[in-house]
Amino acid sequence: METIWFALVALMLTAYVVLDGFDLGAGALHLIAARTDEERRKLLQSIGPVWDGNEVWLLAAGGTLFYAFPLLYASSFSGFYLPLCIVLWLLVFRAIGIEFRAHLDNPVWRDFFDVLFSLASLLLLVLFGAALGNVIRGVPLGQDHYFFVPLWTDFLPGAQPGALDWYTVLCAVMTVAAVSLHGALYIILKTAGALNARMRTVVKVLWPAVGVGTVASLVATVAVRPRVLDNYFTAPAGWIIPALVAAGLLGVFHFTRKGQERNAFLSSCLYLTAMLGGAAFGLYPVLLPASGDPALSLTIHNAAAGVSSLRIGLIWWSIGMAIAIGYFVLVYSMFRGKVEQHDGGHG
Amino acid sequence: MDDALFIHRIHFAFTVTYHYIFPQLTMGLAPLIVVLKTLGLRTNQPVYDDAARFWTRIFGINFVVGVVTGIPMEFQFGTNWARFSQITGGVIAQPLAMEGVFSFFLESAFLGLFLFGEKRLGRKGHWWAAFMVFVGSWLSGFFIVAADAWMQHPVAYNRLADGSFEVTSFWGVLMNPWALIQYAHTMCGALITGAFAMAALGAFYLLNNRDVEYARVFVRIGVIAGVVASAMQIFPTGDLHGKLMAKHQPATTAGMEALFHTQQGAPMVILGQPDVEKQRIDNPLVVNSLLSFLIYGTTRAEVEGLDKVPKENWPTNIPLLYFAYHVMAGLGTLFVGVMAISAFLLWRGSLFRTRWLLWALMLSAPFPFIANMAGWITAEVGRQPWLVYGLLRTTEGFSANVSAANGLFTLLGFMGLYGMLTLFYLFLLQREIGHGPGASAQVGAAPLTVSGGRG
Ligand code: HDD
Ligand code: HEM
Ligand code: HEM
Repeated sequence: METIWFALVALMLTAYVVLDGFDLGAGALHLIAARTDEERRKLLQSIGPVWDGNEVWLLAAGGTLFYAFPLLYASSFSGFYLPLCIVLWLLVFRAIGIEFRAHLDNPVWRDFFDVLFSLASLLLLVLFGAALGNVIRGVPLGQDHYFFVPLWTDFLPGAQPGALDWYTVLCAVMTVAAVSLHGALYIILKTAGALNARMRTVVKVLWPAVGVGTVASLVATVAVRPRVLDNYFTAPAGWIIPALVAAGLLGVFHFTRKGQERNAFLSSCLYLTAMLGGAAFGLYPVLLPASGDPALSLTIHNAAAGVSSLRIGLIWWSIGMAIAIGYFVLVYSMFRGKVEQHDGGHG
Repeated sequence: MDDALFIHRIHFAFTVTYHYIFPQLTMGLAPLIVVLKTLGLRTNQPVYDDAARFWTRIFGINFVVGVVTGIPMEFQFGTNWARFSQITGGVIAQPLAMEGVFSFFLESAFLGLFLFGEKRLGRKGHWWAAFMVFVGSWLSGFFIVAADAWMQHPVAYNRLADGSFEVTSFWGVLMNPWALIQYAHTMCGALITGAFAMAALGAFYLLNNRDVEYARVFVRIGVIAGVVASAMQIFPTGDLHGKLMAKHQPATTAGMEALFHTQQGAPMVILGQPDVEKQRIDNPLVVNSLLSFLIYGTTRAEVEGLDKVPKENWPTNIPLLYFAYHVMAGLGTLFVGVMAISAFLLWRGSLFRTRWLLWALMLSAPFPFIANMAGWITAEVGRQPWLVYGLLRTTEGFSANVSAANGLFTLLGFMGLYGMLTLFYLFLLQREIGHGPGASAQVGAAPLTVSGGRG
């Protein structure tokens, strides 16, 4: 039962990264790759109708995590208090960056919100990447299952690490590159003309960086936390995950060269899914490792809600998610195809 | 009072009170927009469709602020109330997660279609998009109220060996009698906000003698919805809520009325300031026996006062509780008055010429926001010293691992951020009001942008 919920929460977080990832990535590239007001409008129009829905995956995943693993929710959200509050502020900035920009046809107003939107997207990626790094590296959990990490007080991973150390910063850089690549592929898929061409250049630059970064982060992960490999040795089927990571990366390269925009984007989805899947597989059954005594780690066993809660939840969760996926199919099919000018939306 | 605890309380209270400014208008306007669109479909008069478009633009701006201030709320249970989350997550997170899974997905999906899709969907299709947005926002209201109601009146739970709670019945939490009554009362409150907003803006245009055709529609719909909602706010929903409180939270009821001594034929205090030290009310203005009558239906019934409650279970801030409750109830009475007179003159056909009443309608616009806020303060401060009534104390729930300084840092951050949001919100709202509904007639064919600009 706990294992099912572990998989469901991991799945929802992956859906969040894959879906909101492309609009975050597009946001991070917004200032660099979209130059004129018209291009910026196009970029915003291509994510306009869907970004809010994508972000709901974060809320729904957070709510589900709260329900299934209350102790994990309580411990990690309060322990990562500072970075999390900053994430919340950035989410506010980003949303008004997208939504308020169109209201005034004034260059100062528009520049202001463009910068707000793009910087907030970029910093969010940095923080999400660092968060993933923290979860893999482990945090100084105490006897009472709680901890508190400052932002950058301790830069070397050890028993008392800060939220940012060299390892989590590496994860952050890696996330920015991989998710920006993802965003660029989405914009290529949704637009034509100069914006499309410029995003292709971005892909050419980012792809090798992501390739190198993937290898580097894998090596670093094994160095910081050798136990991530345990599950791969006990269940060798897990080795298929790194194979999928490689397949995704190569797919992006191959399909971009062939000009098959949709397949290139899907390959990037595969890549991100496999990376996160690999991390989840390596952690299981641990949810949040302790950087000190491993016995203090939060696991699916000591952090789960009562059995009755878990059983009841499975029913409504399945029904709700089936309906939600239906909405997504509907919305994406309503707004399919490339955006044209004057198509309405975030003009 | 422990410093960190105090900061965490203020942190939550500030952010949630600010958040609720926006959803109440969202939930109040959504059904009124559906009414406008229905009238448009039925009568084929363009005035209704243009009016709906105008309100959709305001709705869009308001919705954005509601969403961005709501997201922090969802996470604050974990950041500021970690122990509470750990202990009650198995129950309280059910409605919260359901809100995400069932209503936020629905809202965000149909909001896109509602704001962008008028041309693509056609008139009928667009009516459905508006309707679904309305359903979504009322559904999220329900789930959040169900979560709060469980804290006021815990049901369908089982306490595990480690002290945490799990749900024992799916419907138990959702069909909590407290949740149903609280929901009805809260939604009436939201409708009051929406109705007053619509009527007030109509009155403003009428007094300015501009956009008159639209203004009449606004005032008519606002007054009709407002008179119904205001009346239902007091009876039956407020009345039932009060009776439920008296039964399950007698200490809170006594605090709300500042009733220090148990008595038969308890009076209702209309005005006066409670003095907790001396256990009396300064310069009271009372209606004899009214409280007994309201709660038990007879003027002689005995009402429990605070003297029946052990001191450690007294509401922690009796004056605030008392004032919040009196502001809510006082304004509620005022709303019924204003709306009843307006509805009467509307029926007689002279409302649009009665300038003093239009002034009154216009100036009433901020009061529903205040009444709703006061209502929530009554509920939440009244629940003290409990976090989950009778089961978990507020002192046991906060994040002890987050220091007061860190809490203060983020509280100040949120205050600054929300101050900025307020400025943008008012500026954009003022622009839309300045353009007026007539402007949407000229660009009637042009598609809407998400938050109302013209594509
Ligand atoms: C426009 C808003 C509005 C107005 C005019 C009223 N209320 Fe209210 N009231 C609310 C908006 C509200 C609310 C914001 O919706 C609350 C807060 C929590 C809740 O469930 O509803 C609430 C709570 C609330 C509670 C519960 C407090 C608790 O749970 O501790 C009671 C007993 C009443 N109300 C009673 C009344 C009465 C008797 C009113 C009439 C005179 C009245 N309310 C007018
Ligand atoms: C928009 C409506 C709401 C308003 C204005 C509001 C207001 C408040 C206020 C003023 C407090 C501080 C009370 C005190 O410390 O004396 C508080 C506390 C709290 N409320 Fe609410 N509340 C609202 C809705 C909710 C809902 C829906 C929930 C739960 C799902 C909730 C959960 C809490 C919690 C956990 C606390 C902190 C513990 C405490 O101090 O009691 N609130 N709220
Ligand atoms: C602790 C309390 C609360 C939490 C955790 C919370 C959470 C949220 C979140 C995350 C959103 C954004 C949804 C999106 O992205 O689409 C939101 C919006 C909304 N909330 Fe709250 N909320 C709280 C209090 C309330 C209360 C008391 C009500 C009403 C009774 C309410 C009604 C709504 C509605 C209708 C929306 C839709 C958007 C809007 O109205 O602008 N919320 N809330």
